[in-house]
Amino acid sequence: MEQVQNIVSDRELQGSNLQTQEYFINVGPQHPSTHGVLHLKIKLDGEIIEDVDPILGYIHRSVEKMCEKLSYRQIIPITSRMDYLSAHINNQAVALAVEKAMAVEVPPRARAIRILMAELTRIGSHQLWWGVMGMDLGALTPFFWGFRDREMITEMFEETCGTRLTMNYIIPGGVATDVHPDFIGKVKNYIRHLRKKLPEYDEILTGNRIFIERTRGVGYLSPEEAVSFGCTGPTARGSGVSCDIRKWHSYDGYDKLDFNEVLFNEGDNLARYKVRIKEIWESLRIIEQVVENFPEGEVMGKMKKVIKLPKGEFYQRVETARGELGVYIVSDGGNTPYRIKFRSPNFSNLSVLKKIVVGSKIADMVATMSTLDLVIPDIDR
Amino acid sequence: MDAENMKQRISSAAPAASFEVDKEFLYVIIPADNLFTLIKTLKTDPDLSFNHLSCLTCIDRNPEFYMIYILQSFEKKHEIVVKAKISGRSNPAIESVSSLWSGAELLEREVFDFFGIKFNNHPDLRRLFLADDWNGFPLRKDYADEVNIENRN
Amino acid sequence: MIITALIIAISVITLFAVLGLVLVYMERKVAAFMQIRLGPMRVGPWGIAQTLADTVKLISKEDIIPNGADKFLFNLAPLMVTVIATLALAPLPFSDKWIIWDSNVGVFYVAAISSLTVISILTGGWASNNKYSLIGAMRSGAQIVSYELSVGLSLVAMVLLSGSLSFSDIVMTQQDAWWIFKGHLPAWIAFMVFIIASTAELNRNPFDLPEAESELTAGFHTEYSGMKFALFMLSEYINMFIVSAVAATLFLGGWMPLHFGQDNFFNHIMDYIPPLVWFAGKVFFIIFLIMWFRWTFPRLRIDQLLTLEWKYLLPISLINVLAAAWITVTGWHF
Repeated sequence: MEQVQNIVSDRELQGSNLQTQEYFINVGPQHPSTHGVLHLKIKLDGEIIEDVDPILGYIHRSVEKMCEKLSYRQIIPITSRMDYLSAHINNQAVALAVEKAMAVEVPPRARAIRILMAELTRIGSHQLWWGVMGMDLGALTPFFWGFRDREMITEMFEETCGTRLTMNYIIPGGVATDVHPDFIGKVKNYIRHLRKKLPEYDEILTGNRIFIERTRGVGYLSPEEAVSFGCTGPTARGSGVSCDIRKWHSYDGYDKLDFNEVLFNEGDNLARYKVRIKEIWESLRIIEQVVENFPEGEVMGKMKKVIKLPKGEFYQRVETARGELGVYIVSDGGNTPYRIKFRSPNFSNLSVLKKIVVGSKIADMVATMSTLDLVIPDIDR
Repeated sequence: MDAENMKQRISSAAPAASFEVDKEFLYVIIPADNLFTLIKTLKTDPDLSFNHLSCLTCIDRNPEFYMIYILQSFEKKHEIVVKAKISGRSNPAIESVSSLWSGAELLEREVFDFFGIKFNNHPDLRRLFLADDWNGFPLRKDYADEVNIENRN
Repeated sequence: MIITALIIAISVITLFAVLGLVLVYMERKVAAFMQIRLGPMRVGPWGIAQTLADTVKLISKEDIIPNGADKFLFNLAPLMVTVIATLALAPLPFSDKWIIWDSNVGVFYVAAISSLTVISILTGGWASNNKYSLIGAMRSGAQIVSYELSVGLSLVAMVLLSGSLSFSDIVMTQQDAWWIFKGHLPAWIAFMVFIIASTAELNRNPFDLPEAESELTAGFHTEYSGMKFALFMLSEYINMFIVSAVAATLFLGGWMPLHFGQDNFFNHIMDYIPPLVWFAGKVFFIIFLIMWFRWTFPRLRIDQLLTLEWKYLLPISLINVLAAAWITVTGWHF
């Protein structure tokens, strides 16, 4: 109120020469469009954003400090809680790093299961993002449609892993248990189901004129900026930057599978949207190939009871649903890491937000934040 | 470009650099003062062109700090790890690389927040996660917090 | 006289309450079925008492006035919005005999009254002392004032065709066929423009920028809670009813049964269905349309919203008025 009165009195003093004050609003820490406890301090000129300052740390748990006291098996559950929508892939990153350091061979069945889980996670994450994207733009129905299809994935996970969100299923040496006997059949059913339902996604959102108007040409990110800000994943691929870790630094046998890296060159919100939708299709292709030649055998390699990594430094990248997750382990030869660093995709993707949204309208900021697909616990590790 | 050529190129740009090699990476270890010239060469040299700053972090090898830069080139498809040694615990400082990679701005703020390393020429060096009035730098090895950190040796 | 006024007052208030309950329930069910879920199911069979339970909850909630709010205006806004919605109900013919005030300037009166809504929204948004509310209120101002024009012009087109400003006269001109059937292109265009523009005036999706949940949390009524919030919500639904009733009366014949030509067998069959049923059916059909928009469309941006009005709808409705006048003069309509 005081501010409003100031504006009024300012105007009266200045006469025809109108003076306005800076208008700050706090988007978050509790706000419908930030999907978590992200806090953005925004400077406004009418509807137009002049400055954005992200204020982080509301849910920082100091994962890296915690891990210095934990054994490598205990780190796995911690990583599930970073990017909770890519829990399997986070687990996989640590598992792969440990296996690389110890030179452990992972049996083929475990690797196939890992790919299946990772790709189902990716599909589920993109479905949730798709629904939330619709909600951010004011269309509420996609949210429920996305969740309907994601729910079937979570149910499959629950049967095999016992949990729906924080799996802790992929562990150093392989996977914790063999898959549920029904799992493969359910995955096959699910592929059929999703192939029918995905065109509906296009009908309700992608083909909508308002949606296209709201996203095309909005939130432009040039390829140079995408690289400079360290963007990875669909955010960078929407600008035409080829950065799919599954192609570049293949792990767990992705190199033997036939799939395309999805690239769009427009760099706007619509391009990032299309990348994710097409990635769902590509993930379906990967799953189909894995399910057709599903190997038999063990699901656990030869691991020692107590995992001790040799002295040295180990870096492992994986492609989560949001981009490049890097695990950097510095070992002293003990059973806990001397230092562990998680290079999280969301952290880098967040840093680009200011660059994109300054000069656009509030509504565009919400749309852009949605296509960056930020998961806050992964930023506040 | 193979590791030997790369070593030569780096040595000519920064004579103070020493090298380590393991199965995956070529490590370049360099004193903090020479870091920026080296990193700039790595980024701008057309044969090296490390355009992607994959990871930026710090290790506290009490008493000195090592800044870690894992660089990657999307064009040449090679990668390198640069370690910059910062000696002195009381007032550690290093040149900021945020003029080369915009994404380094937030990453360096994170390192400042947890390790207390000052980045010269950083546009906006504030604490990122912790409150502004926080005492100490939690990821340092000698950080003591009797309430929140359990000591089980 | 006093007794008549009393009866009308009581029945209007009852209508308000019933409409509020029915429309909120309908919205929740329509939304639910579009979103492959069931909606409220617990309170009463098929959850029909859910809105009643919600009302009880809203009434019993604490009345919060934020610090620094302009108390008088903050309390006035929800009252104003309800009164305006009530006033606009007066000249609408529910049936051939059910009409509160058979004014000869009914169409004009409704257009005039309904444009007052913006004042209460601006008041509420400004008095809340909340930045989100203020942005929402400003958006609402720009939006309602703009779309008022298109609503007005599409009403003008229909007034030209029917030759009267009185709702009951307009209904009577549709004895041989509804205007949507005999009005040629101008009636069609006016109908579409009216539905689009009045959705915008109602602040409903895809034009719900003043509320814009994902951007402004709840826009102009962010700070309102309990019964004051309920009044805002109630008036939104009453306004939706009024808009649909106006559309049904002007374009779909109001309470007039489906007639083709004069005094034939088909018309007599249709006359067996009571006028009130015809009226309610048409109104609820249009309400369903507006709800359908809400649950399928994304939201426009503020500049796109204004572009749509000033660059497309307004020129179209201006030309449409000319076309309607031409048709009326030449007598081309049936």
